[in-house]
Amino acid sequence: MGQRTALYDAHKACDAKIVDFGGWDMPIHYGSQLKEHNLVREDAGMFDVSHMTVVDVTGTDSTAYLQYLLANDVAKLAQEGKALYSGMLNEQGGVIDDLIVYRADALGGYRVVVNCATRDKDLAWMDKQAAKFDVSLTEQPSLAMIAVQGPNAIEKAKKAVSANTKAVIESLSIFQGLPSEGWFIGRTGYTGEDGLEIMIPADQVMSVWNNLLEAGVKPAGLGARDTLRLEAGMNLYGNDMDETISPWQANMGWTLALKDERDFIGKAALIEEKAAGIEYKMVGLVLETRGVMRSHQKIIFTASDKQGEITSGTFSPTLQQSIAMARIPADAGIECAVDMRGKAVPVRVVSMPFVRNGEKVYK
Amino acid sequence: MAQVPANLKYIASHEWIRDEGDGIVTVGITDFAQEALGDIVFIELPEVGTEVNKEDSIAVVESVKAASDIYAPVSGEIIEINEDLLDSPERANEEPYDGAWFFKVKLSEASEYEALLTAEEYQAECE
Repeated sequence: MGQRTALYDAHKACDAKIVDFGGWDMPIHYGSQLKEHNLVREDAGMFDVSHMTVVDVTGTDSTAYLQYLLANDVAKLAQEGKALYSGMLNEQGGVIDDLIVYRADALGGYRVVVNCATRDKDLAWMDKQAAKFDVSLTEQPSLAMIAVQGPNAIEKAKKAVSANTKAVIESLSIFQGLPSEGWFIGRTGYTGEDGLEIMIPADQVMSVWNNLLEAGVKPAGLGARDTLRLEAGMNLYGNDMDETISPWQANMGWTLALKDERDFIGKAALIEEKAAGIEYKMVGLVLETRGVMRSHQKIIFTASDKQGEITSGTFSPTLQQSIAMARIPADAGIECAVDMRGKAVPVRVVSMPFVRNGEKVYK
Repeated sequence: MAQVPANLKYIASHEWIRDEGDGIVTVGITDFAQEALGDIVFIELPEVGTEVNKEDSIAVVESVKAASDIYAPVSGEIIEINEDLLDSPERANEEPYDGAWFFKVKLSEASEYEALLTAEEYQAECE
């Protein structure tokens, strides 16, 4: 038996199929991954993401510490509530993890949300780098988290919360987060739809889940979460990048704040890689014939002997065809095929995302 | 609990086989198989007229999760395929034993049918 979130019994009550996910017993679907996916694209669904790791950074050096720790610059968080997506890199420029940091003045600094599978190494790394700074790192393991996502997510979530929390939700712009009565509400997500990620003390989360069910929000599993994030062109740590891959090669160049004097871990390696010429890039692939692209399948090019590789592939329920993310040689051109079970099947290279707010966006 | 109808035969790779008489059998995938695969999004079927050997991979089921080969449970000729599955693969999730049969085979060796697993033997394989 793995670790269980405070919502485990709620999942069982909703007929979830439970699988092991990084040591946690989590719901993969509640009957149909496709239906749950479509629900989030068309209405509102909720995910239990309590397995994710929340760390608060407080102390007088909080800003300086995060500016050194992260490749994106928390100085961009000009006011309380703003959020930032960033990679946390090693000295070689490889991605230790990707994360979201919220400027949380009311909590005395910043709130950082990192991945579950990388928890131990993240905390060890963050601790090690903190030695030179006057900061405290406090993990918040007693917080559960529900992501409510979809075009109707916010309207429905507002019916499931207190008047004060409702007012906080109404005050949030996209990619902002604020505390409310011991909760923390981010207008963030991993689906390409509008919605909220709500951190709630574990002993209250069951009643919030039930209130959301009553407000018409249906549960969606980690299976749908994966197809939604892939359609949205969002990376999955461990699949699309890891410690051997730099942000340049993982479509994360936009998260690198390199223009000023600020030093951060991995900066020198990133500048060097750029100067030498970045060898691989991440692109989107669309299969316009039948079949489903899968991770680790090879990409073969007409104009080059070099190969690429699919990092994440799936069937896109919204587009009704297979889509994938792949890392390909920067100089191989775009005429290519994917090696699918021994057959070379032509695929189209596109820029991501594939889907945003329910609509196809690539050309 | 996955359904395992008693009147069918099975193979361990989760296909069911129904005797239609005159040396013809119908083949599909079991409830256990569709449940394990999750939502099915594409099905590839063999062409009518193909001669197949027992244990050949002759069809493919793609679910959101994985691709899975379908094996010929017996040797013979493919005499009919269920073309509805090409446009409505989800039927293999919804009605694995009824509407969502995959193909029919005219056996070349009648004895191969008798050697298939009974419902009880297949059930034991799934546990």
